[in-house]
This record gives sequence, structure tokens and C-alpha cells, in this order.
Amino acid sequence: MDFNLLAFIWAAIIAFAVLAYVVLDGFDLGVGILFPFLKEEKERDLMMNSVAPIWDGNETWLVLGGGGLLAVFPLAYATILPALYAPIIAMLLGLIFRGVAFEFRWRTQRGKFLWDWAFAGGSMIAAFAQGVALGALVQGIHVENRAYAGGWWDWLTWFSILTGVALIVGYGLLGATWLVMKTEGPVHDRARWLAKPAAIATLVLIGLVSLITPFLERQYLARWFDFPTVIFSLIVPLLVLGCAYILFNGLIRGGDHAPFFAAQAIFILCFAGIGISFYPYMVPTSVTIWDAAAPDSSLSFMLVGACFLVPIILAYTAFAYWVFRGKVKADGGYH
Amino acid sequence: MFKEVSATDLARGQFAFTVMFHIIFPAFTIGIASYLAVLEGLWLRAKDDVYMRIFDYWKSIFAIVFGMGVVSGIVMSYQFGTNWSVFSDRAGPVIGPLMGYEVLSAFFLEAGFLGIMLFGLKKVGPKLHFTATVMVAIGTLFSAFWILSANSWMQTPTGYSINEAGQFVPEDWWAVIFNPSFPYRLVHMTLAAYLTTAFVVGAVSAWHLLSDRENRAARTMFSMAMWMALIVAPIQIFAGDQHGLNTLEHQPRKIAAMEGHWETEAGAPLILFGVPDDDAEVTRYKLEIPYGSALILTHSFDGTLKGLKEWAKQDRPPMEIVFWSFRIMVGLGFLMLGIGLWSGWRRLRGRLFDDRWLLRATIVMGPSGFVAVLAGWVTTEVGRQPYTVYGLLRTADSAAPLAAPAVAASLIAFIVVYCAVFGAGIFYILRLMRRRPGHGKPVEELGPTRAAGITPAAAVDIDRTLGE
Repeated sequence: MDFNLLAFIWAAIIAFAVLAYVVLDGFDLGVGILFPFLKEEKERDLMMNSVAPIWDGNETWLVLGGGGLLAVFPLAYATILPALYAPIIAMLLGLIFRGVAFEFRWRTQRGKFLWDWAFAGGSMIAAFAQGVALGALVQGIHVENRAYAGGWWDWLTWFSILTGVALIVGYGLLGATWLVMKTEGPVHDRARWLAKPAAIATLVLIGLVSLITPFLERQYLARWFDFPTVIFSLIVPLLVLGCAYILFNGLIRGGDHAPFFAAQAIFILCFAGIGISFYPYMVPTSVTIWDAAAPDSSLSFMLVGACFLVPIILAYTAFAYWVFRGKVKADGGYH
Repeated sequence: MFKEVSATDLARGQFAFTVMFHIIFPAFTIGIASYLAVLEGLWLRAKDDVYMRIFDYWKSIFAIVFGMGVVSGIVMSYQFGTNWSVFSDRAGPVIGPLMGYEVLSAFFLEAGFLGIMLFGLKKVGPKLHFTATVMVAIGTLFSAFWILSANSWMQTPTGYSINEAGQFVPEDWWAVIFNPSFPYRLVHMTLAAYLTTAFVVGAVSAWHLLSDRENRAARTMFSMAMWMALIVAPIQIFAGDQHGLNTLEHQPRKIAAMEGHWETEAGAPLILFGVPDDDAEVTRYKLEIPYGSALILTHSFDGTLKGLKEWAKQDRPPMEIVFWSFRIMVGLGFLMLGIGLWSGWRRLRGRLFDDRWLLRATIVMGPSGFVAVLAGWVTTEVGRQPYTVYGLLRTADSAAPLAAPAVAASLIAFIVVYCAVFGAGIFYILRLMRRRPGHGKPVEELGPTRAAGITPAAAVDIDRTLGE
């Protein structure tokens, strides 16, 4: 099928929703991943309260990613999800444990440790499963006659395990830099300390994944080593290094905000890298954006709503963040 | 063992299990969200602290229910793809945008303002906080609007064409959204959510009134709940009847299964009880009211109703399930009406809080809303089998190409996790309901003016006071 502007716009919106999810939910999953590194109950209370008012809105972007994909690229939705069956189910179960922990943890003293583990374990499983799903998608999905045609273990490879670990570490970095920005006292100091090894490990893992990816599919290799797209191969890594400099500089010199935004920028650049590899495929390398697109009547109906509602959503999301701006205080909860 | 059970049957079991667990939570949050908005509005207008105390009491319960609704809802939004990929590919262009609008107009609204509603009273002041509460309530209603539109389209599809890939292509969005069964289903479900909440609030307040007759917060709660039962239960019965007539027009097979009719006949009787047998194609041990069914459904004594034998065996819904679930729903609806009338009579005499048998009956009826909602959904969902898109796409043709062991493993995981996690949640909710309403912190601390905080240490106090 040929280039279709509506479908292209929608691919951009879905990409934006997924990116918004990673940028927003990444750090609150990261706070859960860091739970085992802080043992004091009061410290954990503070960590959880730093994300409690906003986690739900953050996770809604994941629902938009799923629901949106069903609406505008039903064929991609119908082939990616069966292919990634096990990691998707694991992610959903992980999100259940960590999501309910936000409330349940305050409802019991005797069982509080259980929900500490649910929060940490659930966050870790969700992050790992998302990483595995991403890795499996990058490796490509076998599609025949509008249906997934692979086996139900195809998602499990060394590469997908690597991307799973990378996402745990990366979200941990986002969580640590969030806590540096939002907290004071012992939690802040500990988070600043943890952010450094997390940053180093994140950069190493990004390097590894970036080196392996071009050799997984011929299309990726051509994209990164042929003119004119080879220019990206120079620009993107340079920008990542620039962000890494800002990140470490902030962590060492005592900046509170710079590390968080620098870490987020690294995630955005990685996301852009994946986009450069994938285009024009929605499911590499079997379904393109144009193959997967829903009929124009679906795309245009949804676009009207998205153009009207997404700016409003961004506005009141920003308002919610503004209401809860500044350092989180120990008595910030409502429980 | 997996050889006998197909992947599709396991996927159906998984969908039924996860959606039945899920619907319990929104059925409750739709009701409490509106209740909270009313309470805060009354507090702002009447400046009576009792409303703020009740608000605070239900707010923490709402937070738990809402959290469980969110996480069990995310499962639903992905399950269409993991287990029902053929359905997603075919019906996605119609169903997807409806669910997309639900996310954009409802989920973000709820999630965006929930944080402010739960945590922000001291930060934003009462007016803006009230706005946040109203936004959350509106969000739950928008959510009901879109998801019921999507479900109704699957029951009574209109406004579409079918393309060469076999996909449903929306032609007229107005006809898609406002498909024939949607208005009835929307009203019926929203009222059901309100009734469910009314009976939970009624049961909790009645339980406290039994041992603390003068508790003002409990009295206010009980009075409000009984007004709801008295006013909404009869409206709901009327709405349900109208919904039934609509179903007769568009899905007569479902009505035949609900009514227990196998043969087409004029002046069909209303079968109050009986034992349907799908294999023998008879309903045994019938207790009937002559002409009843004809009178209710066609408004005439000799109206003709189609029996289930009009359709080939493979095109029928299982009467053995639908017949019973329908009777459970209707029976509970009339019991709710009974409580409403009983309370109205007691209120007229000025003795609403004195009738201990009314209080006890209301406690027993506490979970009735949830049971009725589940029974109602079983009736409408099993009753439209064997189709996902009614008359057009069979359930058996909708499933994903999955291996049975994969679906079996995930089904077991869902059962274990849901029972453990949501079981714990229900335990915590029941424990919160054991708190005496109207006691605890001074109201100024709940309100916006004081800078002193509501500390997480309060959670510790709950355990202590409840004697964990």
C-alpha cells in the first residue's frame, strides 16, 4: 500500500503515546525497582508518596498505547500481542501487584512488607517484560495471512533478555534521578549515590543493544550504515554522550533537576533510534504502517478526538504535576 | 488434559473470569464517584461537617476500589489482542475508536484529577478540589458511555460495511455509537451502578446503626441510601423492562433463552421457575403464569413469541445459563424495590432508624448489587452467543492462534493473582468499613485550611484500633 498521510500522522501519535508512557511511567516503575535499596520504612513511605498522586495518570498512556493501536492499527495489535503473549501477560500481572500496593501498603502494618515486595517485584517484572517485549519486536515477528505464525516461545532469546535487563536498569536510573529531584535528606543522598552505577550500567547496555541491533535485520544495517540515514549513526550517539555528560555533571556537582532531564533525554534518543530502525514497519519486517492502518473513516474519526483531547489531557496532566511540585514532604500522603 | 479443552475455550474462560472480576470495581466506582461529588457539594453548600466526614470515610474506600479497577482494566485492554486477535483485526476499526475515546475522554480525566482529589485538598482549596471530584465522577460516566457503546455495537451492529480483508469498516459513526441497544444498556448499567453503591452504603451504615443508633454520619448515610433504593429501584425495573423489549426486537434468541421458551406460541406463559435442558430441548418442572410472557413482551394476550427451536442448534445461546442468571438479576431487583418500599413506609412513620429488621435486611442486601450486575452481564453476554459481533462474527472464529498450554498457564496465573490480590483488597475494604463513621480526626484537618498534615501514620492507627 502507498504512503497515507492519515496513517503516518497516527503512527506519530501512537509513537508519542508510547514515548509518553516510557518517559512518565518509567520513573515511577524505577522508584519501585529501587525499593530494595532503601530499607527504612519512613524512606519507603517518602519514595512511594513522591509518585502516588501521578502514577495512575502515567499508566493511562499504556492503555492509550494499547487501545490506540487497536483503533488505528488493528492488524499490528492483532499480530504483536499474540506473538508477545507471555511477556505481555507477565507485564499485566506485574502492574497489578505494583498498582494495588499504592493503596494496600497503607492499609496494614503486619502485612506491609508483603506490599513492599509486591511494589518492588511488580515494578521489576513489568519493566523486564516491557524490555523483553521490545527486544522480541526488534527481532521481528513472523506474520502469515493477517495472523501471527510463530511459536509461543519465539519471544525468548538472549537479545530479548538483554533488552529486559537494560530496561530494568534504565528505569532504575530514571527512578533514582526522580528521587534526587523530588526528595531531601537520606532518600535524596542514597538516590544520588545509586544513580551513578545505574547511569554507567545503562550506558553500557545501550551501547551493547545498539551494536547488536543492526545485525539482526538487513533493514537495520542498511538504515544505520547507508547514506543518507547513516548521518543518524553519527548524530544520535553524539547526543547521547552529551546527555551523559550533563547527567554525570549534575550527579557529581549536586544539581537536583539536570540528572532527571538528562536521563529522560537519553531515553528519548534511544526511542528515536528504534523509530529510525523500524520505519516504515509497524511489525518488523512483516507489516508496514500502511498495511496495518485501519480504514480512513476510523483514522479520521479518532483524529478529531485526539487533536481536541490530547492537548487538554496534557494541560491538566501538567496542572496535576504543578499542584504536586517541589520536594515531597514526609506528611504528603492522605492516608 | 489440555487435549480435551481447546485454546478457544480456555480463552473464553479467561475473558469471562477477568471481565467478571473487573466489572465489580467500575460498577462500584461509578456509584461512589457520583456519591462523593454529591457529598462534597452538600458540604460546600450546607457547611455541615457531617458530609465531609462521610466524604472522607468513602474516599479511602474509593481509592482502593479505583486502584483495583485500573489494574484489572489494563488487562482487558490488552486481552483483546493477546487472546482475540482475529476479532481485533476484524472489529478493531469500529470497536477500537470507541475504546480510544474512552481512554482519551474518561481514563485520563479520572486519573488526572484522582491525585488532586485524594491528596490535594490542602494544596488547591475546597472549590478546585470539588471541581476535581466532579471531574472524576464525570470521567467514570464517560467511561461507561463509551464502553457500553462498544459493547452494544457488538450486540446490535449498525452503520458499518465489510471490506475485502473481512474488516468491519465504519460508515456512519452516529449510527455506530448510538446503535439500537446502546441507550437502553447505558441507562440500565448506570442505574445498576448507583443501586449497587446505594446498597453497599446502606449496609455499612445499617451495620453501624445496629450498635450505635445515634451515630449522625451513619444516619445520614442510611437515609441517603434508602432514598436511592426507593427512587431508583422502580426506575431500574422500568428501564430493564424497556431493555427487554429492545432485546426482543433485535435478539429474539436471547429472549427465548431468558424466558425458557422452546416452542413458538401465541399467548406464551411467563415461566417463573423451571429447569431448562439444552440437550432434550425442554424446560421441566415449570411454574407458569398463563399469558404472562406474551403480556409483558408484546402487551397483548395472544402475542406470538418465538421459541429457541426456531434456530438451528449451533446458532443458539445456552438456555441453561441464561435462564438462571436472568432470574437471579430480576429477583434481586424486586428485593431491592422491597427494601426501598419498606424504608419509605418506616420513614413516613418517622421511624426509619428504629426498625432493626430493616437494618438487618439492608445488611444482607449489601452485596446484592454486585450479584445482580454480574447476573445481568452473564444474561446479556451468554445470551448473545455464539457470536462476538451479533450474527456476523462467531466467537469460535474470533480467537487468536494460540497454543492451549499458553492460555491455560495464563488463565491459572490470573486466577491465582486475582484471588490473592483482589481478595486482600476486599479484606482491606471490609476493614475500612468497620471504622465508625464520623469519628477520628477533627474536620478542620480533613479540610483545606489547616497546614497540619494528615500523616501516613494514620494507617498504623487503623490497625491498632481494629485490633490486628
